[in-house]
Order: sequence, then structure tokens, then C-alpha cells
Amino acid sequence: MIKHLKIIDYALASLLRRKYKSLAIITAFTVVVTALASILLFTGALKQEAELILAGAPDLIVQRTAGGRHDLVPVAYADRIRDIPGIGLVVPRYWGYYYDPLTEANYTILGTDGKAERLELLEGRLPEKDGECAVGAGIAEMQRTVSGGELILVDSSNTGVLYEVVGVFRAASSLLTNDLIVLTDNEVIRFFGLPSGKATDISVQVYNREELQTAAAKVKRMLPDTRPITRTELVRTYEMVFNWRSGMLLTVFSAAVIAFCILAWDKATGISADEKREIGILKAVGWDTSDVLALKFWEGLIIALTAFLLGTIAGFVHIFFFKAFLLAPVIKGWSIVFPDFHLAPHLDPYLVFTLGFLTVAPYVASTVIPAWKTAVTDPETIMRG
Amino acid sequence: MVKSKIFIGITLGEILLLSLFFLLSHAARLPGREGELQARRELVQRLGLTDFAIWTEARYTRHPSQTDFFSPFQDFPSSLEHFPAGSIIAPVLPSGSDRR
Repeated sequence: MIKHLKIIDYALASLLRRKYKSLAIITAFTVVVTALASILLFTGALKQEAELILAGAPDLIVQRTAGGRHDLVPVAYADRIRDIPGIGLVVPRYWGYYYDPLTEANYTILGTDGKAERLELLEGRLPEKDGECAVGAGIAEMQRTVSGGELILVDSSNTGVLYEVVGVFRAASSLLTNDLIVLTDNEVIRFFGLPSGKATDISVQVYNREELQTAAAKVKRMLPDTRPITRTELVRTYEMVFNWRSGMLLTVFSAAVIAFCILAWDKATGISADEKREIGILKAVGWDTSDVLALKFWEGLIIALTAFLLGTIAGFVHIFFFKAFLLAPVIKGWSIVFPDFHLAPHLDPYLVFTLGFLTVAPYVASTVIPAWKTAVTDPETIMRG
Repeated sequence: MVKSKIFIGITLGEILLLSLFFLLSHAARLPGREGELQARRELVQRLGLTDFAIWTEARYTRHPSQTDFFSPFQDFPSSLEHFPAGSIIAPVLPSGSDRR
């Protein structure tokens, strides 16, 4: 134990002798780990959020497709779906997209049943009458409106319509509601000029969760031009969007892996003449090969462990305390209305161990292996170069 | 052995901080946070929401779960997908497919 403490002491002194080089490696290594940890923590937290929150989403959404495109669904389909055993509430949904030329942003307009309900995450209430609306925090900010204020939109007949804002969704819900304008169902039909008897899609309640797939298959068999989407598929979509195969992860991973490969290749292809001479001298003054290897092991571990711990901490702080401000512009794309990420902290030990293993182990190995090759050589040969 | 003790102290401090973060993420599941989660779930249930409002640039990025495999390319025959979010979102395969 004491021997290893002394070797650590020597390793630290040796690293401090080359302090600029050591600092540069630790900094570059920390940045790579921070980038990786940020992405993994961010996608992990979003996946968890999707799993927990979308548990309240409709059991089944039935869309109609025509020519491979999503088409309006006849409301009469709802009555036919209602006849399937095990099916509960069947509600036609009215929603669509709206492009606002003034702000050059896209909004989502959603219809509700016109019950003036109050929700915990809504400051105010849901619209009750046709001239009322509830808006997301992003829209309220962009249109400079508040609860009790006004909102002007241009409907499908190119007429400006004035709405009274009766509710604004709180920022804590902006991941779900940021670009949302909630109107009554009738107003959405009028606003978009939807043909009578047609809805955007149909939401279906299935009593037994185990029967979700069966119910979807029955709907598909009964109405062949429809596409049923189960809640399991909603959650799986987000797992898919944020899993390691997604573009975002792949891009950052590849950059990090390339950077790391260059670092490891540089290390593994040989150690510097100075380092070789140092090993030669150590061996000449009586150090065993095992002592030299222990020294190089500790040197590698000090750098890799410090960078790994600092990088993981920085990643966590970046995502959960600073709302992923560095990552947000990457994810944002062309979105004009972009939500603040209020994500619940989520640190998976599995993620930490994987990250640790993938960063610390290869670096330590690439430090020890070339040192071992040098250490087994005769000290005189090493010192002569 | 002062240097080694300082290093071990700093490393232990970092491990302690990481453990605190771990505890914090578990505390996120405590009743107070559970209430916040419940409020969001209530919102999803009441409005029948299906997707996160992250990418508002196109239909298939605003509602990835409601879109189909080829919607990024269906604006006209042989059209190319051109929204930046398309490089971030993995393709969503049609319902019932086991290739997800």
C-alpha cells in the first residue's frame, strides 16, 4: 500500500514535470467525455420522460391513409370502431399545423371538447367558447401575449381571427406544449375549413392493455385504409429517436471515437525519447519491471480517471443544471419555437460504468503496453537510444 | 506522500459529487417530483398528446410517432429529405414492423 502511494507520488511528480502536456491531454479527454456524457444523459432523460409521460397518451390512434399519405378520417369510422368488443371511449380528434408568416414559425393547433377545465400546468383554463384559446409558453413569448391577452391567426379563408387567450401552459410543460394552440373542436373545424363529417384522426381507449395489439389488428382488418398506432409504438418511437443508432448519437460518438483513436494510436505507437530514458534510468537505479509498469499504470489512471470523473460531472451539470445549452442549438435544427428542457435528473449507474470502462480502460492499456515493451529491454540499450 | 493524498482526496471528492448526483436523480422519483410528473401525465391524457414539441419544422419531425416511414420524402417523387432534424431523428418504421 505504502509502496503504491509512493509510486502515485512519483507518477504525480512526473506528470507535473510535463504539466502542459498533461494538462492538454486531461482537457481534451475531459471535453470528449463531457460530450459523450451530455449526449447519453440527455437522450437517457428524454427516453425516460417519454416512457413516464406518454403513459397517459391515447391507447390507440387511428389514422386514415390515402396514396400513402395521412388523410382525414370519416367520423363514421368512430362508430364502427366502437362496436369492437373491449373498446371504450372513441373520440375523433381535430388538429393540424399552422404557419405564422410574421414569426416564420410553425404552430400545432389542437381541438378540445370545450370543457373549461383547469389543469395544474395551465395558468388559466382550457377554451370553452369558439373565440377562446389556450397557448403554450413558447407561443405566448413569441406573440407577446399573456393569459387574458389576445392572439390573431389567419384562417383557411385568409381571414384574420381574434382569439382571447384564456390560458397559458406553464414552462414546466413546454416539452409537450411549447408550440400548442388549443381551441374548441368546432373552432378547429371552422379554422381549417375541414369538410363536415371528417376528423384528423380518432383516439381509441382499449380497456385491457394486453389486448392493444389485437384491437389494432381488428381495426386494421375492419377498416383496411386505416393505420392504427398503439401507445407502445409512441414510446418505442422515442426510444428509437434517442437510442445509440440515432444520428445525433452516432455523429458525436464517431467524432469522439476518432479523437480517442488518434490519442490511443499516438500513445500505442511508442513513447517519447524522454519517457524511454526515464524508464531506463529507473531500471538502472534498481526499479523492477513491475514497478515501472505500476508507475505507468498510475500515470494513465490519474489522467483517465480525472478526465472521466470531471467529464461526467460536467455532462450532468450541463444537461440538468444548465438545460443542455450547448446541445440545444444542435438539436434545434430549423425549429423557431424551441422548448426549454426541464428534464428530471437521471443518472443511470450502468451508463456511468459503461462510459468509465470505455474511456479509462483503453487509455490505461495504451499507456502501459508501450511502457512494458520498453521496460523489458536492457536499461543500457534504452539509454543509448 | 502529500501529492498522492491530495490526488486521492480530490478523486474521492469527485466520486462523492457523482454519488450526490445519483441520489438527486433518485430523489427525482420522490413524492414532490411524482406530483410534477403526474401533472404532465394529466396534461397528456386530457389533451391526447402524442409527441414532444421539440422539432416544429416539419410534420414528421413535430410528430415522429404519427408519421410514416416515407413522409420525409413524399413531397414530390424522388424528393430528398432536407430538414436538419432529419439527421438527428432515426427513421420511424411503419406500425406493425418488427424492424424497429
